[in-house]
Amino acid sequence: MKPILLQGHERSLTQIKFNAEGDLLFSCSKDHIINVWYSHNGERLGTYDGHNGTVWTVDVDSESKYMISGAADNMLKLWAVATGKCLYTWEFPTAVKRVSFSHDDKQVVCITEQRMGYQSTIRVFNISREGDGKNQSKEPAYIFSPIGSKATVCAFTPVNNVIITGHESGKVALFNVKSGEEVNNNERAHGDAVTDLQLSKDRTYCITSSKDKCARIHDTKTLMVIKTYTTETPLNSAALAPTKPYVLLGGGQEAMSVTTTSLRQGKFETRFWHKVFEEEVGRVKGHFGPINTIAVHPAGTGYASGGEDGFVRMHHFDESYFRAKPYGDVEIDD
Amino acid sequence: MPGTLLDNADDIDYSDIEAKYQVEYDDSLDNTIVVDGVPVIDKGKLEKLLTKLSKEFGKKGVLVKPDEIHMPWDESSGKSKGYAFIDLRSVEDANLALATMNDHPFDARHRFKVNRFTDIENFATLDETYVEPPDEEYVPREHLRAWLTDPQGRDQYVTYRGEEVEIYWHGKPSQSELAHKPEWKDFLYVAWSPLGTCIATIHRQGVRLWGGPSWKHQQRFAHPLVKLIEFSPCEQYIVSWSNEPIVVPEGAQQGPQFFSPEDEGNNLAVWDAKTGDLLRTFSTHDGEAPTSKKQMQWPALKWSPDDKFVGRITPGQMISVYELPSMGLHEKKSIKIEGVVDFEWCPLGDKDKAEAAKERAANGGSASQPQKKLRPNMLAYWTPEVANQPARVTLLNFPGREILRQKNLFNVTECKLYWQNQGDFLCVKVDRHTKTKKSIFCNLEIFRVREKDYPVEVVELKDTVMEFSWEPKGERFALVSSSDPNLGNPGPGITIKTDVSFYQLERAKNDFKLLRTLPNRTSNAIRWSPRGRHVVLATVGSSTKSELEFWDLDFNIEDTGRKEGQTTEWGSGIQLLGTSDHYGVTDVEWDPSGRYLATSASAWTHTLENGYAIWDFRGQEIVKQILDRFKQFIWRPRPPTLLAKEQQRTVRKNLREYSKTFDEEDAAEESNVSAELIAHRKRLVDEWNAWRALRTKEFAEEQKRGPSKKRNEEKEEIEVWLDELIEQIEEEVVE
Repeated sequence: MKPILLQGHERSLTQIKFNAEGDLLFSCSKDHIINVWYSHNGERLGTYDGHNGTVWTVDVDSESKYMISGAADNMLKLWAVATGKCLYTWEFPTAVKRVSFSHDDKQVVCITEQRMGYQSTIRVFNISREGDGKNQSKEPAYIFSPIGSKATVCAFTPVNNVIITGHESGKVALFNVKSGEEVNNNERAHGDAVTDLQLSKDRTYCITSSKDKCARIHDTKTLMVIKTYTTETPLNSAALAPTKPYVLLGGGQEAMSVTTTSLRQGKFETRFWHKVFEEEVGRVKGHFGPINTIAVHPAGTGYASGGEDGFVRMHHFDESYFRAKPYGDVEIDD
Repeated sequence: MPGTLLDNADDIDYSDIEAKYQVEYDDSLDNTIVVDGVPVIDKGKLEKLLTKLSKEFGKKGVLVKPDEIHMPWDESSGKSKGYAFIDLRSVEDANLALATMNDHPFDARHRFKVNRFTDIENFATLDETYVEPPDEEYVPREHLRAWLTDPQGRDQYVTYRGEEVEIYWHGKPSQSELAHKPEWKDFLYVAWSPLGTCIATIHRQGVRLWGGPSWKHQQRFAHPLVKLIEFSPCEQYIVSWSNEPIVVPEGAQQGPQFFSPEDEGNNLAVWDAKTGDLLRTFSTHDGEAPTSKKQMQWPALKWSPDDKFVGRITPGQMISVYELPSMGLHEKKSIKIEGVVDFEWCPLGDKDKAEAAKERAANGGSASQPQKKLRPNMLAYWTPEVANQPARVTLLNFPGREILRQKNLFNVTECKLYWQNQGDFLCVKVDRHTKTKKSIFCNLEIFRVREKDYPVEVVELKDTVMEFSWEPKGERFALVSSSDPNLGNPGPGITIKTDVSFYQLERAKNDFKLLRTLPNRTSNAIRWSPRGRHVVLATVGSSTKSELEFWDLDFNIEDTGRKEGQTTEWGSGIQLLGTSDHYGVTDVEWDPSGRYLATSASAWTHTLENGYAIWDFRGQEIVKQILDRFKQFIWRPRPPTLLAKEQQRTVRKNLREYSKTFDEEDAAEESNVSAELIAHRKRLVDEWNAWRALRTKEFAEEQKRGPSKKRNEEKEEIEVWLDELIEQIEEEVVE
């Protein structure tokens, strides 16, 4: 499996995301730029210029029409995927840390940072898909600030108006966006900050990664922990592989201590774990810094990882990956 | 209501507190001594005698005033009774008086006999009738070699990590398990005895031995601040060394197992391993200042292979050989050799051992003289060049003390003696310098010890030899040589380039011939498998390289038993089986069976990726454990097999049949384990699938109620359309 090295960023990656078909890969970085790539050959299709600060997060809708991004310049931007034009900009008092589309593409949720006396706030915007898309409402449809530990990641659940959030304390919670009330929570989901949260295709379960060196699968309805994957390094990202019963975990020690440890000890590998048996099945190395973000192709034919080293490595699985049955013939539902 | 409180106060029982704080009056008579053997005098001389007595005691440091001495009188005769009571200031003084004044000659006719007053009382009331001491019930001791009866024939190893020692069984993956986790505290390190019978821990207070199936305490040797220990080859004796001279404090425990005042100042002790008795002590810095910086030779005492003699060298002067078990100097004189630097005993071969055992059986344990045909002990030593005298290597038999063979050498810088482990060959590695003394090269002088007149053969090499090693039970040796300019000035990050060469005895010509040279390596350690044939070359102690190479020297030969009569090409059997890498490796050790190799990175040397790994002889990794603060890994040695030669041969011949049963066992076990695992996995999968089915159903129902999303999904028929497109392209190509 020879990866395609996507060298289009000058600083570390913050998030990468495939569109629904998996032909496009969006990547954002601390160098203020969002790139979009053809996933099959690694060619860069274009960039989205406009942010003036670290772009923390991107998300793309299911039709690959609109893309939403949040950055440290306190802006949330809506882009036309095809033209690269910025359609609308919202401005907040603090940086935008996480954005996510709803399953029907009609809503966007965003988390803003807790800073300068402002609380970490969750806002939900209605996205108008009529016309050229420039006619958006300035005011959020719902706004609330969760009490306690600040939220770091979020996503819509299959239930209308309910979002799932991961928090700095390790808490995972469900919020009703209409009322801003906490519907359900699991205070001890993780022992340290939740760093990533990715949903399954039908959004009925999700995987979270955390600085406590664990990744966990949660039921998005009951927040019950279904599976736990314990590694020996802080994790920055976790992804679910469709069609195959694997999860992909990435991390490495803190960026600040990288220079004092050798590559041998860095543990900068993408780890493949068996989703059901909770056993490590393999590793892919290549990054020479911690892995910040992992995304799996929606068809399960490949994956990409973005690292602190500024590279995105796009892997297409070999045929042996699909043929291999390391645990014999077992039928595992996706 | 304070009144009630006061009333009750009188009723409180204080007796427990009173008992606790009761002042103990010193009414013991321990500080009173009785002195017998005092001259019988009359009243007139009393004062004079008392002054004299107090003076005598004062000389030894026991201060006594004349009026503290009570002398009983026989009123009828008007003379003293010939003894005196003395009240001393303290019990310590009484002890001192007891030690110094007992048997003190007062004058020509009188000797003092000093006793404690309390003892006299005890003696007087002693029951004179003899009472048979009760029979102690016989407690059978555990079998110290119980680990050899393991049904799977597994080997053991010990690991020492942080403050914890663990002993493991090593076998197939399913059979590798913790054997014992002892709770030993505060020790420096652990060591197995050479036949694996017991394990020693080195404590501040001395050495302890543990063994048996329950790992009970077996024996201890009180040598304070001990640093190094060594067992004799047959495990009968132990040598311990400390850098601190022995001090026997006042009132220290005495007995055969403890140091006596005569041992003070020495720092090397020889013990009987079974009884724990101290046999003899030595000082390692005789005649020189104890502060001298010269490195001590270790082992300081060299044992003959049969545990009958132990030799000790006084560099430049002599070799002193002591007989066991008395530890007396053999024939009351040392072997005086001007300038001697080093010596080594010739090891006993398996054959010699078998013959010795037969001999013992024939004699029925009687102490008759062994017959002539038994091979006597032999030792080799060398002396450097002095003035006009050449350097010399000498082969001496013992106890006969006859010189068997002597070889003169010139331009010698340093010699090293390497015996092959069966005592067939002796290789003297001679580092020689050119006339200008600028460069060093190396000669190997190989003595064929089993042949008549001990022929010597010379292998000349151009480079410096860093490491030399005989194949156990074999006729081959391997050496690491180097011509690297960095040799001799080690620095950080410098890995010395080396060449590794194998030599073998050519039967036809009867000399050693080069088998093969492996150039441009970094290997600096040779580890032969204890059964020969396989050898591992390792790069140890380097921060950048840590390669392990697994070689087979008889790759073409099916059965090692049929080595004779080979007609294959010279050196063609050498084959590299595998290479691997253990980062930061510091120790490399074969297991006693020669099937597995253990490598470890010890925290004593560095702190990077400490831990251990076990490989099979082909270099396949079996176990790898990275553990911080990992210090020691040692295989448990095995005693030599009890099977006779013929029995071993039968086993080898029928190996196929034996291996069949083992294969069956393996298969059965594998299926057993995997059945368990499969059941466990099936349960996991079922749980997962059940949960998924539930959620999918719920999700579908949810979707039915909210039909908004349905349309979107229908739109995702794009893939079908894509398929069609591809087919169209194909058609175009055909046209």
